[in-house]
Amino acid sequence: MHEPAAALEIDGLTHRFGARRALDAVGFRIRPGEFTVLLGQNGAGKTTLFALITRLYHAHQGGIAVFGQPFRDAPSAALARMGVVFQQPTLDLDLTVQQNLQYHAALHGIAGHTAAPRIRDELARVNLGERAGDRVRLLSGGQRRRVELARALLHEPSLLLLDEPTAGLDMESRGFLLNHVRRLCRERGLAVLWATHLIDEAGEDAHVVVLHKGRVLATGPVPAVVAQAGGAQTLKDAFEHLTHAAN
Amino acid sequence: MLQTKLRPLPPAAYARCMAGIIRREGLRWVHQRGRFVSALVRPLVWLAIFAAGFRFVLGVSIIPPYETYIPYEVYIAPGLIAMIELFNGMQSSLSMVYDREMGSMKTLMVSPFPRWFLLLSKLLAGVAVAVVQSYIFLGIAWFWEIEPPAIGYLAVLPALILSGLMLGALGLVMSSFIRQLENFAGVMNFVIFPMFFASSALYPLWRVKESSLFLWWVCQLNPFTSATELIRFALYGRVDWMSAAVVIGCTVVFMAAAVAGYDPGRGLMARKAGAE
Repeated sequence: MHEPAAALEIDGLTHRFGARRALDAVGFRIRPGEFTVLLGQNGAGKTTLFALITRLYHAHQGGIAVFGQPFRDAPSAALARMGVVFQQPTLDLDLTVQQNLQYHAALHGIAGHTAAPRIRDELARVNLGERAGDRVRLLSGGQRRRVELARALLHEPSLLLLDEPTAGLDMESRGFLLNHVRRLCRERGLAVLWATHLIDEAGEDAHVVVLHKGRVLATGPVPAVVAQAGGAQTLKDAFEHLTHAAN
Repeated sequence: MLQTKLRPLPPAAYARCMAGIIRREGLRWVHQRGRFVSALVRPLVWLAIFAAGFRFVLGVSIIPPYETYIPYEVYIAPGLIAMIELFNGMQSSLSMVYDREMGSMKTLMVSPFPRWFLLLSKLLAGVAVAVVQSYIFLGIAWFWEIEPPAIGYLAVLPALILSGLMLGALGLVMSSFIRQLENFAGVMNFVIFPMFFASSALYPLWRVKESSLFLWWVCQLNPFTSATELIRFALYGRVDWMSAAVVIGCTVVFMAAAVAGYDPGRGLMARKAGAE
C-alpha cells in the first residue's frame, strides 16, 4: 500500500544570502491534518524558509515537495494548494474587507458566484461577517489578522502556512487564532505550519520543528522533542537546552 | 508516494485573475482622489498656462500630420497625453514599490498563475487607468479648441494602449530594481523629466536640430518621442509606422526586463532579501 504523500516535505534545504548561510540542510515533513509549530527565535530563518516554500525566492539547494510533487516541477499546483498568512500585514487598507477577499479569490481564478458564499462563510467563522463592507483601515490589528486567515482559506487549501501570525496581538486574539487553526486541522484535515517564537503556542499534541541559526535541532511530537533534550521537563526547557547546546 | 495530479488552470481562471487585478487597480484609483485629480490637473496646467505663455514665442510651421498652421496648444496636446501615460506608468511603478514595502505584493506573488501573467495583468490594469485619464483630458481639452477629427478619437485608442503598455512596462522595470520607496523620487527626476523634455512633446524636433544636433539625436532615440508621435498621428487618423514599431519593440524589451527583475532567483526579491 502506498503511504499518503506528506503535505509538505522539506529535504536538505540550504539557502545563502551572499556568504551568510540563512538555512543549513533543513529537513522535516508535515502530514495532512497535522499542526506543526516551527519554533525559533528571531533570525532563526523562519521567514526565509517561508519565502522559499512560497516561491518568493528560488530554492537553489535541497528540495521542497507539496503533496508529493516537487515544487520546482509544478509551482502553480503547489501554490494553488497552499494558503499563506505572512508575518507582515498584506491587506489593502483602502479597500473593504469584501474587496480584499474578492481580489484574493480572483488571484486564484475563483469565479464570483463561487467566491461570494465562501467569503461569507469564512468571515462568519472568524466572527467578522458584519464587517465585510468596512474598510480594512477601520479594523483592529487582531481583526485584520482574522481577515488574513479567512482570506488564506478562501481557495480551500490543503496546506496552511502562518508566519508569526500572533505577533503584536493581545491574548484574546492570539487564543482565537490558535483555536481556530487547530480546529481547522481537526475538522478539515488541514496541514498547518505555524511559525512562532512563542513556545506556549505549541500545545502538548503539536508537532514541533526547532529551528536555530538556520539548522533544525529537533523535530517530532512535543513529548519526543522534550525527551531528546535529556532531562528537560517542558518544551520551554527543551528549547533552551537545545539552543544553548547549539550556540 | 502518491502524487497529486496536475491540473492546468483553465483559460477562464486566467481571465478572472486578470479582471480581478484590473478591478483592484480601478478601485485604488477611485479611492486615491489626490492621484486622480493631480493626473488631470498636471496636463491642464501645461495647457492653460505654459501653452498660453509660449504660443507666440514658439511658432509652429506646417508639419505632418497637421495640414495647416496650428496654435501651440494643439501642438502640445498629444505630448501632454503621453505625459499622462508616462506619469501613470511611474505611478503604477511607485505603487508596486509601495506594495512591496507594505507586504501586499506577496499576495500577488503567491498566486498560482505564472509570474509573467501577473505582471502583464498589472501592466494592463495601469494602462486601463491611463486610457480613461487620457480621454477625460481630451474631453476637457476640447474647450481649448483642441478638436481633432471625430475619427481621431477612435483611432487614438490603439495608440494610447500601445504607448501606455510601453511606459507602464518601463515603470515595472524600474520598480523591480528600486529597493526602497525613498529611492524613487531620484529616479523619477532622472527618468520623467529627461524623457519628457528630450522629446517632441513640447517642441517640434526640427527646432531642436537648429540648436543642437546631438540633442536632436537624443530626442530621436528617446522612446517617449515615438509614443508622442504615435499618439499625434493617430489623433488625426494617421499611422506613424516607425513610431509604432519603436513603441512595440521597446514594450517587448521592457516587459522581458521586468519579468527578469521579478524572477525569484535573480531579481529584486532575492537581492532585497540579502539586505535583510
